[in-house]
Amino acid sequence: MRPDAASAGRAAFDGGHGMSADVSAAPAPGGPGASRRQFVGYLLASPTLALAAKLELDRPTARAGGGGGGLIGLPDASDLLDLGDLIVLAEAAYQYNLVLEVTTANRVRFELPRLEKGQGIATAVAMMVAEEIDARLTDVDVELSDARLDRPFTITGSSSNVRAMWEPARALAAAARARLITAAAQRLGVPANTLTTHDTAVFAPDGRSLTYGELTESASQVLVPAVQATRKAAAQRRVIGTRQGRADARDIVTGAAEYALDVDVPGALPTLVARPPDIKGTVISYDATVARSMPGVVAVTQIPSGIAVCARTYHEAFRARDALVINWAPGPLAHTSDADIRATLKAINLPVSPTSLLLKTVDASFEYPFMAHAPLEVRSAVVSVTGDSAECWVASQTPVFALQQVAAAIGVPQQNVSLHVVRAGGAFGSRLFCEPVVEAAQVSKAIGQPVKVMWDRVDDMRHGRFRPMAQCTIRATHALGTVLSYEHRMAAVETDFRHGFGEMLTAAGANVAPAMFGQAAFTTTVKVPYKFGVVTQLLTEQHFEVPTGSFRSIYSGFVATSNEIMVDEIAAALKKDPYQFRRANLETDRQRAVLDTVAQMGRWGRPMPAGQAQGIAFHDEYRSHVAYLVEIDTTGAEPRATAVFVCVDVGVPINPQGLEAQVQGVFMDAWTIMFRAGNHLDNGRIREGTYNDLSWARMKHSPPRIEVKVLAATTDSPGGAGELGLPAAAAAAVNAYARATRTKPRRFPIGQ
Amino acid sequence: MPNQNLIVNGVATTVDLPDDFTMLWALRDVLGVTGPKFGCGVGVCGACTSHIGTQHDAFRPCMHSVAECRDQPVTTIEGLATGEVLHPVQQAWIDLDVAQCGYCQPGQIMTAVALIARNPNPSDADIDAAMSENVCRCGTYVRIRAAIKKAAADIRGG
Repeated sequence: MRPDAASAGRAAFDGGHGMSADVSAAPAPGGPGASRRQFVGYLLASPTLALAAKLELDRPTARAGGGGGGLIGLPDASDLLDLGDLIVLAEAAYQYNLVLEVTTANRVRFELPRLEKGQGIATAVAMMVAEEIDARLTDVDVELSDARLDRPFTITGSSSNVRAMWEPARALAAAARARLITAAAQRLGVPANTLTTHDTAVFAPDGRSLTYGELTESASQVLVPAVQATRKAAAQRRVIGTRQGRADARDIVTGAAEYALDVDVPGALPTLVARPPDIKGTVISYDATVARSMPGVVAVTQIPSGIAVCARTYHEAFRARDALVINWAPGPLAHTSDADIRATLKAINLPVSPTSLLLKTVDASFEYPFMAHAPLEVRSAVVSVTGDSAECWVASQTPVFALQQVAAAIGVPQQNVSLHVVRAGGAFGSRLFCEPVVEAAQVSKAIGQPVKVMWDRVDDMRHGRFRPMAQCTIRATHALGTVLSYEHRMAAVETDFRHGFGEMLTAAGANVAPAMFGQAAFTTTVKVPYKFGVVTQLLTEQHFEVPTGSFRSIYSGFVATSNEIMVDEIAAALKKDPYQFRRANLETDRQRAVLDTVAQMGRWGRPMPAGQAQGIAFHDEYRSHVAYLVEIDTTGAEPRATAVFVCVDVGVPINPQGLEAQVQGVFMDAWTIMFRAGNHLDNGRIREGTYNDLSWARMKHSPPRIEVKVLAATTDSPGGAGELGLPAAAAAAVNAYARATRTKPRRFPIGQ
Repeated sequence: MPNQNLIVNGVATTVDLPDDFTMLWALRDVLGVTGPKFGCGVGVCGACTSHIGTQHDAFRPCMHSVAECRDQPVTTIEGLATGEVLHPVQQAWIDLDVAQCGYCQPGQIMTAVALIARNPNPSDADIDAAMSENVCRCGTYVRIRAAIKKAAADIRGG
C-alpha cells in the first residue's frame, strides 16, 4: 500500500507545473528580500496521496546592511548570507524529492532528510506538517529518510534544519490538504469551499465527515485541487508556537528508542577495533594467535585504522581485543604537545594594528584547548556487505557523504549502497564525519558477514574528532567614550570541513578551494553586533594531524564568546555598566529586546554578596537573537552558577518547549568548555579517555534552575536555535566569574 | 560453561555463560535487552544503570558479572512500567519533556527511581549527591531535577 519511497520518487510526475498545487509565494528563509522562492507540491504516482515538493527560485537579492545611529560599520557578510542560507540554497534544488504521504490508516507520514540527535527537529517538523494539513499532531509520523543520491547536500548542521524545512514541509502539507478537501467535496457532493478540516479529517456543514485515511486513495487522483493550497497566516496557526513534548518521549523513557547498536540486524557481529596509542599511529605487526583462540571470537582482521576483532558478543570482543599483541609505529605527532601547537598559533596569528598615542586601547587574548565532542552514544555503525552491495545503519549528519565514503572504501558503485539514518545519542558536530561506518564496511567485506562496529569511550575520546585548539587576540581602540575600531585575530588548528562541504558550497553558487573552507565558514558565521567603528575579524589556520571537526557553534564558539568577554572589559575601561554599554552599542530594537528582557528577568544590578556576581552577554546568529544573565557563586570549592536567565528570539518559535531545552542544555556545554574540561595532547597522544578525566558537567555542577523566556514571533520565518546559545551562555558565565573574582580570565577552561 | 539463572524483568532464563561474563553484554547481546546503554564500560557515565534485588538497588551492569547477578531479580528500564502504566518517574520525564537525545535517560530514570525509593522527598543537595554519577551530555539536568521532585511528590501524594 505505501510505496517504497525511492521508487515513488522515481515514478513521480515530472515537471509538475501543470499538476502542481497552487502554493502562495512565501518569503525565503533568509527573511524578506534575501531571495524569493516558493515550493509547490506535486503528486507522486501512488495509490494513496503522496506528494513531493518542487522549488521555484527567483534570483537572490541582497538586502541592505543594518545601520543605526552613531558610527556605521560595513554590514557583516553573515548578515547578508550566512552559512545556514548556503545550506538551504544548496539543498533547495533537490527538495523535489521530499515526500509526504497520507496512509489509509489515517497517518500522515513525512520523510525527514535530517538526523534527529536530540535537538527535536522531528517534533518541530511534525508540528509544521500537522499545522498545514490540519492533522492531529499524534497522527503525524516523521521518519528519518535514508540517504538518497538524488539529495546530495543533505546536512544536519549549522542550526539550519528548521530553516530548511520551514517552506517545503508546510508547502507539501498545504498541497495535500487541498487535494483531500477536493476529494471530500466529490465524495460528499458539496462545494469544496464549504468544507473545513481539523483533527485529520474533512467536515461538511451538515456534520458529515471523512478521515484523511478514508480520502487518501481518491485524493491521489486529484490533479487540480478545487481549493487553493494556501498556507495559514500566523494568526490562524494552532500548532506552530504551542508547547509540545518530544514525539518520541515515551519510547525514550521505556527503553524502546533504537540507536544504531540497538537495531536488530540478524547475524551482525559485535566488533571492536584495537587502535594505536598515538593519534594516527599505524600497525607494524601483530599477533592474534591468542585472541583467535578465545571463546566467541569469529574473526580478527586488519583495517587501515587498526586491528578489528569480531565476536559473538561484545564481552568476548573486549577480551579478545585485550589479548592482541600489536607492534605500533608512532603517529605523526609523536613529538608534538599542547605547548608546541600553542606556540605555533601565537606565531601565525595575524597582528593587530599598532597602538597610537592618540587612542586608548583595550587588549585581550583568549586561549581554548582541544575538546572531544563526547556524545553519550559512542560512535558506531552496522554494515552488511554482500557481493558488490552494502546496507548500512548509522547516525549520520551527512548521510550521502557517508554513503559515498563507504562505496569508495569497499570499491562498489554508490547506487549499490543503501544507508539508513538512525537516531543519534547526541552529536554536537561529531557525526559530520563517518569513520565507524567506513570501518564496518571494510570489516564486513573482509569477513563476509554483517558487523556492528562500536568505538568504546576511550576510542571516541582519543581518536574521534576534536574542537580545534584556538587563540583569539583582540584589540579595541576608543576615544571620548566611543569605540573606534575593533580587531579580532583568531588563530586555530584547522577545522576539517571535508564532509561534502565544498560540494555544497559549489551548489550554493560559491566556488571555494578546500584550503578556504574554514574562511568560508568563518565569513558566513562571525560578526560583531555592536557599533564598534571599523571592525575586522580574521582567521588564520594551521593544519595539524589532530582530527578536528565542527563543534556546536563552530567559529562563533570562540569568536563571539571572546568578543562578549571583551565587551565587558571595554565597558570596564570606559567605566560603563556592561548591560547599559551593550544596550547603547547594539544596532537594532530586536537585539535590545532580548537583552532588556533578560536584564529584567534576572534583576540586573541587584546587590550580591562578596564572591558572587551577575554576568550578561548577547549573541545574534542564524537569524536569531539570545541573551543570557548568569549568577555565579565563587566562594565554594569550585565556582557554581546559582541562577541562569535566558531570553531568546528565533523569529518564529515552532515549539517553545523544545527551544527552551536547547538554550538550557547548551548552557551546560558552555559551562563545561569554560570552567571544566579540555583535552591535552602529550607527544601525539590525547591524555583523557573517559568522563572522569574529561570532566563534563554533571548534576552537581548544574544551576538549580535555568529560566527561559521565548519571545513570541517577531518575524515571518524561523531562525536557527541549536547552537545559538553557546557563545552568550559561555561569556555570561565567564563575565560573572570575572566580576565576582575581579580577575580577567585568559585561558580556558578556567583554573586548568 | 556453567548455566546462569538470570531473572530479568520478571522473566527467568538460563543462559550458558562463564561466571565472569559482563552483565551488560549478557543483557544486550545475549538476552536482547537493549534499554541499558553502553556509554563508558567503566562505571563512570551511568548509561546502563539498572536495578538488582527487590528493593530498587541501582547497579551498573557494565561493572558486574552474571555470577553476581544470578538468581536475583534484575530490572532494566524495559521492566519499570507495569504493563502500559508507566512508573511515576517515567511519567514525570514525559510530563516535563526531560529528554533530548535520550541515550542517558534510561540510566537517569533508574537512578532517580532508586533515589526516591530511599528518600521520598529529596532536596536539591540530595539530588546533586544521588544523580551526579550519571552524565547527560545534552545538559538536561535542570529538567531531571524538576522531574525528580514532581515524581517524588506524585508518589507521596498517590
